[in-house]
Amino acid sequence: MTEADIILRMQGITKTFPGVKALSDVNVDVRRGEILAICGENGAGKSTLMKVLSGVYPHGSYDGEIFFDGEPCRFAGIRDSEHKGIVIIHQELALASNLSIAENIFLGNEQATRGMIDWNKTNAAAAELLRRVGLRENPTTQVLDIGVGKQQLVEIAKALTKDVKLLILDEPTAALNDDDSAHLLELLRGLRDEGITCVIISHKLNEVMAIADRVTIIRDGQTIKTMDLATDEVTEDKIIAGMVGRDLDNRFPPHESHIGDEVLRIEDWTVHSPTQHGRVVVRGANLSIRRGEIVGLAGLMGAGRTELAMSVFGRTYGTNISGRVFKDGKEIQVKSVQDAIKHGLAYATEDRKRYGLNLIEDIKRNVSAAGLKKLAKGGWVDDNEEYKVADDYRKSMNIKAPNVASIVGKLSGGNQQKVVLSKWIFTDPDVLILDEPTRGIDVGAKYEIYTIINRLADEGKGVLVISSELPELLGLCDRIYTLAEGRITGEVARADATQEGLMTLMTGQEVAR
Amino acid sequence: MTSVAPTNADLALGTPSASQPGNSPRKFNFNLRESGIYLAFAAIVLLFTILTGGDMLAPQNISNIIVQNSYVLILAIGMILIIIAGHIDLSVGSVVGATGAFAAVLMVNHNVPWPVAILATLIAGGLIGAWQGYWVAYFGIPAFIVTLAGMLLFRAVTLTILGNRGIGPIPDDVRTLANGFTDGYLGNIGLGALGGADLFTLIVGILAVAAIAWTQWRQRAGRLKYNQAVDPVWLFITKIAVAAVVVMFVVVALARYHNLPWVLVLLAALIIGYSIYTNRAVFGRQIYAIGGNLQAATLSGVKVKSVTFWLFVNMGVLAAVAGIVFAGRLNQAGPTAGNNAELDAIAAAFIGGAAVQGGVGKVVGAITGGLIMGVINNGMQLLGAPSERVMLVKGAVLLAAVAFDVYTKRRAGASR
Repeated sequence: MTEADIILRMQGITKTFPGVKALSDVNVDVRRGEILAICGENGAGKSTLMKVLSGVYPHGSYDGEIFFDGEPCRFAGIRDSEHKGIVIIHQELALASNLSIAENIFLGNEQATRGMIDWNKTNAAAAELLRRVGLRENPTTQVLDIGVGKQQLVEIAKALTKDVKLLILDEPTAALNDDDSAHLLELLRGLRDEGITCVIISHKLNEVMAIADRVTIIRDGQTIKTMDLATDEVTEDKIIAGMVGRDLDNRFPPHESHIGDEVLRIEDWTVHSPTQHGRVVVRGANLSIRRGEIVGLAGLMGAGRTELAMSVFGRTYGTNISGRVFKDGKEIQVKSVQDAIKHGLAYATEDRKRYGLNLIEDIKRNVSAAGLKKLAKGGWVDDNEEYKVADDYRKSMNIKAPNVASIVGKLSGGNQQKVVLSKWIFTDPDVLILDEPTRGIDVGAKYEIYTIINRLADEGKGVLVISSELPELLGLCDRIYTLAEGRITGEVARADATQEGLMTLMTGQEVAR
Repeated sequence: MTSVAPTNADLALGTPSASQPGNSPRKFNFNLRESGIYLAFAAIVLLFTILTGGDMLAPQNISNIIVQNSYVLILAIGMILIIIAGHIDLSVGSVVGATGAFAAVLMVNHNVPWPVAILATLIAGGLIGAWQGYWVAYFGIPAFIVTLAGMLLFRAVTLTILGNRGIGPIPDDVRTLANGFTDGYLGNIGLGALGGADLFTLIVGILAVAAIAWTQWRQRAGRLKYNQAVDPVWLFITKIAVAAVVVMFVVVALARYHNLPWVLVLLAALIIGYSIYTNRAVFGRQIYAIGGNLQAATLSGVKVKSVTFWLFVNMGVLAAVAGIVFAGRLNQAGPTAGNNAELDAIAAAFIGGAAVQGGVGKVVGAITGGLIMGVINNGMQLLGAPSERVMLVKGAVLLAAVAFDVYTKRRAGASR
């Protein structure tokens, strides 16, 4: 292996955010003409690494060196990296949906003569590119009229116009159905044979095994190892072991569960995507939660965890929802958030800033937001009672703020999360669905959140915790469901659960159903 | 189950007072963003008083300012609610025209008794609001477009109803509501150097001051009972004293001129009612929740569509009130009635501290914003300024007010 075979070398990359070390001395080599897969858990640092590479985080905001084609690179922005021939296709596609395929392909790179766009040239060139990526669509078709799978191909066609040498795809098949995924992978092989080097970031290990030449594993912001699929004996289990190999330390408050009767049961729950016609996001899911029990829901990005939770919580996600919900053994109809609250369901969202809080309001008005009717007599809110309720939560939840008139937008993540939890606890729910309750929260506040969750279970409530962090689920839950591609792929009791076992189920290795 | 959490980095956030919230009096914390509008209003009044050599604050002029601007202030109440929820209503000027025309046709052409006509007009205003609310809330068209269409639509309705000419005269009772004054029920009393003044008006003023003091005191007592932070006593008393002086100054001026304008009574009722409603009613709170974060409100169980719909219904009814008042004041319903009133109402709301993104604003703020515009109008007319210069100044004030809002918000954001 000579130096000339290495197209990209990232050496000693360290990237720190306030309070968090996202990447720590990461080393990645990409060989010319290969497909390298980068694997890691959610939050392992894969996306951060790609942002460093593409210049989203400019030179100077990280430590370490990047060499491309043997030359050191100091990108100030995406334009610089694209100029070198490095193109990233993000998970969320960056297409202008109301423009045509051809316009999107040449966006920012318009085919113009004397300042006027030459539409014949544009469309002809686009048609040629579409042939190359195997997309049978008219170049003048609007992007919003084609499916996500085809949009992905348009992105690749767009990359090809930029004389791409290194193509990076972040979770390219996460939103695709099986046919589109297969087609995309086939295309990547073709591109590799044409000499375009590819890096794919993927959770789907079967795809990694099928397409990659080598695999680099990242965990907790560090490169763990790189394996060659041709020479090393790589198995999916080995990749999983590398992805999770982390031990549980004493980060969880001790807790003994007192499990009672079933409080919530979901049967044969199926949810369709509201935006992509025909895509099934949750397929025939069954799960149950008992009083006093903390149940985990594990799944990788795009598995349908949030979609499952939100569709149950008053159909706030999805269309064409079918299935049955039972509360305390009786079937209930939950058609709106009001219904859900009335039946004692609560859902604390994973993105608390966008979906959970009114950031310009104070603590008390956020705490009372979902249970305002409890504070109101004949439609009039009792201000003083509201203050008292909020202040009680401030004390019992240990929300660190001068008083409950503090603006929520100025609190730290942990305290914001406590406000969200207070809001839902105030509605006096029987079942709490907590979606990523500790995302973006420091270790100390996490401990407090865990303590609160335990307390809720001890009060006889059922708690469903959705989390990307397996150690968290293992440390907290009595029982864990795994979700992969919209299917419940396993149900594991705490005693039997291991990170490796869960990861195997989460990557859909044992989907026999 | 009482495990103690490890040291917490969140502590860093707490201000020094974090450990001592209790009932210690709140530190006098001057909030320029909230109070700036009232200071600006005082400064503008003072400026014009000086420039006009005191004519600005002459009894008759104070009465004029109130009566002339009443319909815009009524619209501003509805508008601020719409803007808090993150919408806009461009159609209110045309709705003023249409409802005024409707009322005039009923009363003048069909001799419908005026109370019936007013009730019918309010219902018509509500239906107009329901029409627009349907498209915005349930059909999902942005309010800007729906009400832009409404602006044309209801102006067309106005012209159709009126047959393109003014209809009048309006019955006396309705004119009195818009333009008239309370009778001197209790006769006059002398006020020394100020001359005679209407006793009834003075008593109403004194009662108003007493009511302000009483409600403020009750609120303070309630908060103290719940161990909440309250203003220090001196600030509490100063605030009431300032309010009392302002109210009594206006009341004495009115008492010396023509007694209480009826429209002021109406306006005061609306301001008080809507202030309490936005602050205390579940519905009012939900307006702020929707404007502050639509998704969070939805996921907290707020019936977003229904709230939005009723907001527009409310706007329609208030526009009808304004329409009746406007027609009554001019003694006829004209084809151009309410022209550009939507712009004055929107400007009043934004000058009064509403945020462009929604979620922020107060009824009293919008009223103050409307009065600022009214005072500028009136003051410049007294000075004999041409109308183009009045427009110029009003435009500049609107831009400055919103620029100030954006600026303070950016600074607040940067300090996080």
